[in-house]
Amino acid sequence: MNRLMERYLKTDALPTLFCPGCGNGIVQNAAIAAVDRLGMRQDIACVSGIGCSSWIPCYFAMDVMHTTHGRALAFATGLKLARPEKEVLVFTGDGDCMAIGGNHLLHACRRNIDMCVIMVNNYIYGMTGGQKSPATPYGLTTKTSPWGSYDEPLQGAELAMDLGATYAARWTTAHPAQLSKSIEAGIKHKGFAFIEVISQCPTQSGKELYGTRDAAKIVQYFKENSWSYKHGVKPPEGKIVVGVLRHDNDKGEFTEKMLEKQKAVQSSRSRKKGGEGQ
Amino acid sequence: MEANATSSKGRSGRKSIMQGNEACAKGAVYAGCRFFAGYPITPSTEIIELLSEEMMNAGGVFIQMEDEIASACAICGARWGGKKAMTATSGPGFTLMQETIGFAAVTETPVVIVNVQRGGPSTGQPTMSSQQDIYQVRYGSHGDYEIIALAPSSVQEMYDFTVRAFELSEKFRTPVVVLADEVVGHMREKVIVYEGEKQIRAGHRSYVVSPQEDFYTGGNSMVEGQLHDEYGRRIGHLAQESGQFIRSINRKITDHIDEIADVDSFFMEDADVAIVAYGSVARPATSAVRLVKGIKEEAEEKVGRFGLIKKVFSRGKGTESPYSHLKLGLVKVNSVWPFPEAEIRRLAGHCKYVFVPEMNIGKYYREIERCLPECRVVSLPKVGGELHKPKELLAEIERVVTA
Amino acid sequence: MKISVDNVRCKGCGICIGVCPKKVFERSKKRNSYGSPMPEPARAGECIGCRLCEQMCPDAAINVEEEARAPERKQKKQDAEEE
Repeated sequence: MNRLMERYLKTDALPTLFCPGCGNGIVQNAAIAAVDRLGMRQDIACVSGIGCSSWIPCYFAMDVMHTTHGRALAFATGLKLARPEKEVLVFTGDGDCMAIGGNHLLHACRRNIDMCVIMVNNYIYGMTGGQKSPATPYGLTTKTSPWGSYDEPLQGAELAMDLGATYAARWTTAHPAQLSKSIEAGIKHKGFAFIEVISQCPTQSGKELYGTRDAAKIVQYFKENSWSYKHGVKPPEGKIVVGVLRHDNDKGEFTEKMLEKQKAVQSSRSRKKGGEGQ
Repeated sequence: MEANATSSKGRSGRKSIMQGNEACAKGAVYAGCRFFAGYPITPSTEIIELLSEEMMNAGGVFIQMEDEIASACAICGARWGGKKAMTATSGPGFTLMQETIGFAAVTETPVVIVNVQRGGPSTGQPTMSSQQDIYQVRYGSHGDYEIIALAPSSVQEMYDFTVRAFELSEKFRTPVVVLADEVVGHMREKVIVYEGEKQIRAGHRSYVVSPQEDFYTGGNSMVEGQLHDEYGRRIGHLAQESGQFIRSINRKITDHIDEIADVDSFFMEDADVAIVAYGSVARPATSAVRLVKGIKEEAEEKVGRFGLIKKVFSRGKGTESPYSHLKLGLVKVNSVWPFPEAEIRRLAGHCKYVFVPEMNIGKYYREIERCLPECRVVSLPKVGGELHKPKELLAEIERVVTA
Repeated sequence: MKISVDNVRCKGCGICIGVCPKKVFERSKKRNSYGSPMPEPARAGECIGCRLCEQMCPDAAINVEEEARAPERKQKKQDAEEE
């Protein structure tokens, strides 16, 4: 077994419940490599919702909260506010984050609360057996769209950016090193960091989406069909835009603003009390 | 605190007049609650409004979340971050929180949820009172779990029960509901409040499955909504272990009902007709008993069990009342869930008639009926948002007893 | 380079075979604990140590180490870290 992963995974809980060739394992590697580089193992807590991707942190020998469907961001908000000096890493999926948890995503982005969210997007509900998700491309045949999906898909990273996330990136599972660096940057970033990872689900969507169930071939497809983001340049049709789409600090972070306000209130109160004494 | 009592009422504190919701907020701060997440909803909004200020003053965290689901989730998250946490809501919001209440029960997360009931179903009667959530509190979330719920009937109890809710939740590592209603929430009364903070020890005695530490303490805690073993590993696919888990999570509460049960009784020793009431309905029920006994003077207040202020009535003359022939007593159930079966049987088991007035279609009386098979249990429901009137209760009791 | 594939962890997805820039891996007749054919570092001599296979293996089954002196150095580094 890999030496680094051996130190960070609960080996007695293995094997993971992921299918052979699942992209979640690659995200797992990238996240652990990032945490290891940061050397903040005890200062990072992982929160996740429900779905295949939400099982990623459940094998980490770290503080982990595996919560209810779609609510990971709400739990994470509470945890972060209770301990503003610590870091929160959220693992979620396209259905968990954008469908049932859409409202929480909206408001976490709006607040620009300091956490790093990794949304693993495999375009499908994998755990329940391959149903349509909000990211499912138009026309795709799934278990709940047998004649092709006829609603418009959401683009995770762009959505988060538009909602106010101050760090937004998209990578695929064919970019493990870049993804890992992005996760590291996302954790360090003071504000809401949203990293979308286009991942393969060879079992449920491989055949329909990529014409193959071979994970290696799907990864090859990601490699060939991704296009590095360039600001102001229109991406070519049919390509996956990868790269850091936004990384700025122009907006104040929520917990910082809260602590500032708290300080101001308490100092004005103590001043008032002092005044009464005189 | 209670020990060095100096006031004539047996408890040292600051006397003031305030609203039930206000008392609830003050109680939370006194109990050491330092995280509040909420969403405004009538008739509980005053709690949120007040805590948005009080939390700042106390160095805690207040956040208005996007909905009640998120509020309930946020307090669970905050509790694992090491802060005592609470949320407050009313019926419709409480419905949304059910998902997370189940999660809190299964992950043994100690949180307090205040439900200031209003009339339902659906949007129902936002400004009127009810007790229609009595079964939702108990059975609202899916799956087998036990819950602790306290029903205050006065502003003092709103304060005291909020504090006790934190004690119980920490002790048993479970979500606790303060089941108030609009009447108690909006009523203004005299209340004794404390300064400072009560030291409530985080409980590790009563956990059954998760000896998990708070986050960021190096304990590698695993908080898991699936059925899990003591290390957080999932056991949901194993029948034997899962059965054991469900039994233990329920038994940690059902085995300790005597530590939780809080039931008051008035004139029950020689009664053969009893009223069993909880929440705000206990108020007209108390008045009815006072009418029967001809008690004019105010009740005396003493510190009783669990350090709670209990009312003590002097025996009235009982001559002027037209109902003085009724041997009426009152059983006031404060801890409505887990159902204090043994206590109610002990207090009211000898009665011929037991009347259960409720501000709903008649729900809790079924529990009473089940636990008092020897008595004739009569439901006195009243829906629409108004409290029973004492004379209304007495007329109905008179009608049944003399029939 | 010393490349080892854990036959208990490997699920036989074959990603490593596809991603290796030097085509080091080959599907072998050896079976992993799931019963599916396992990859084998057939051309380990070609390995340039990019560790892409390590990063891409979803089940953390692959370990790439520099041969001979490498483990000592690693051990020393770890010891220094612990101190």
